[in-house]
Amino acid sequence: MPDILVYMLHDDAGVFNKNSLGALSEAAKLAGEIGGETAALVVGEIPDDACQALGAYGAKKVFRAKSVPEGLAQPIIDAMAKVIQDNGHSYVLFGGGLLGFEIGAGLTARLGAGVTMEVTEVHVREGKLVAMRPVLQDSAIAEVGYVGEPGIIIGRLNAFDAVERNGGSAEVVDVDVELSSWSTKAKMVQRGEQRGADVNIEDADVLVAGGRGLGEAEKFGLCDELADAFGGAVAATRAVVDAGWFPYAGQIGQTGKTVAPKLYIAAGISGAIQHKVGMQSSENIVAINKDPNAPIFEFCDLGIVGDLHKIMPKLTEAVKAKRDA
Amino acid sequence: MKICVLVKEVPDAAVDKRIDPGTLRMDRSGEKNLNPFDTHALEEAMQVKEGKRGEAQVEEVVAVTMGPESAQRALHKAVSLGADRSVHLSDDALAGSDVCATGLALAQALKKESPDLVLLGQQSDDGECYTIGAVVADHLQMPSLTQVIKMDLNGSTLRCERQAEYGYDTVEIELPAVISVGDAINEPRYPSLKAIMGAKKKPLETLSIADAQIEASSVGEQGSRTQVLAVNPPPEKQSGTIIEDEDTNETVEKVLAWLEERKLV
Repeated sequence: MPDILVYMLHDDAGVFNKNSLGALSEAAKLAGEIGGETAALVVGEIPDDACQALGAYGAKKVFRAKSVPEGLAQPIIDAMAKVIQDNGHSYVLFGGGLLGFEIGAGLTARLGAGVTMEVTEVHVREGKLVAMRPVLQDSAIAEVGYVGEPGIIIGRLNAFDAVERNGGSAEVVDVDVELSSWSTKAKMVQRGEQRGADVNIEDADVLVAGGRGLGEAEKFGLCDELADAFGGAVAATRAVVDAGWFPYAGQIGQTGKTVAPKLYIAAGISGAIQHKVGMQSSENIVAINKDPNAPIFEFCDLGIVGDLHKIMPKLTEAVKAKRDA
Repeated sequence: MKICVLVKEVPDAAVDKRIDPGTLRMDRSGEKNLNPFDTHALEEAMQVKEGKRGEAQVEEVVAVTMGPESAQRALHKAVSLGADRSVHLSDDALAGSDVCATGLALAQALKKESPDLVLLGQQSDDGECYTIGAVVADHLQMPSLTQVIKMDLNGSTLRCERQAEYGYDTVEIELPAVISVGDAINEPRYPSLKAIMGAKKKPLETLSIADAQIEASSVGEQGSRTQVLAVNPPPEKQSGTIIEDEDTNETVEKVLAWLEERKLV
């Protein structure tokens, strides 16, 4: 039977990741169409009831590798390769996120399997899965099929919604995994450290986000002032968070937060896919960038090609004047 | 120790990219730039060599690429940025390789070099984002970490930091290892004129698949495990309004009118 295996990422408290739950829901839907079953794989000491509860999202079975640590890809590749080899899954599905990319890629090498990443939709054609993958900065969509099994599908962040389907209780199967010698050579020293101040960007109606185009950390003041004028909040891209210009809690995108405010103003942000996935559901997107070729101009609602250092102060004044009037 | 840096030639960001409708492969004819993320990997190799990531004895930094003849330009750029020599895996049989086949071929080329550290950019501008490092690492049976934004060497242990799903992770890895780096890890240097002039004099070795002991059946279209069935335009999205800022007062007026129309201010 064409069965599908889904990796379930969880945090240190054992809470499953939203994107993994989305992938599980999607797999259950697809498995129904191709006449297969969906199984989940979890690592670490996740209790029986938490595993069984994955049945609600469509998992028939949950393979649990208790001795395998969460958080680093290679031990999980060992676990997934073993489960796939023993059970003959036809497809493997990952929700968006860094670990899914690493595990999926490693499995490609281990199993000599095809992989497609940044997948936004999966279609069923003649009983087989076909992955839809945007390419060339989303200017085209490639339809990708698989030669041989398994086919590995790595979703784009938020591509698949978590849907509870009354699937009942999943059967829990413990698996023993022998780790590869190289899988034990990376050691997690600290996981999930929060750095910088806490900022709340998820509840704001208006977000002003700053990117590398601001030029330097001090220029975030331009974003602060414009956000203040709107009564909104300030957010940032990963590049400037990594550079230490803005706290991690305010980061939008692939490894940060996903937001959908009424108004999103992107200042000096090129609009790379990794950022786009975290904000593309915003109701209105305004972009200010001096590079007319910046990808953000292809998906914003209003684009201003120009120097943000000139435009933002005047825009701030104008918004203030309008709101004070 | 020996550091290998995987580099790649990608389309210039300013050039329109396209898919060849006949082969459904990326049209690489207009390519001319070293993948910007790879310049961070090269810079990191130089930082290690210069002892700025902890005590290290680096004998050699070797740039490695796979691609058609034109890919040599990426290698010239790489040696102008500091690599000591370069290796070019080039063979007609490699054309059309997917991630699975590309990773295998690069791993074979790297095996010949027996590196202590393989560095690469965390993503390429043209697609195979995030994945190649992890594919190569599994073939080389080395530990691996992607999207690293800070690394420090202590003996044969590399301490790495990166952002993952739940915040910053700190990971210790034993060498030899494969590390892909993010763009926040360093500010790449500019090559000096002298370095650019001297680049073509540094050794460049060209490998065929036979030289790298790669079976023709495991690469190219034959070795690929994915098949592009079609390439379609994305669903129509109403394109946004674009304002070119010439007179900023006028621009701001237009923006304000746009915001008012949507009751956003």
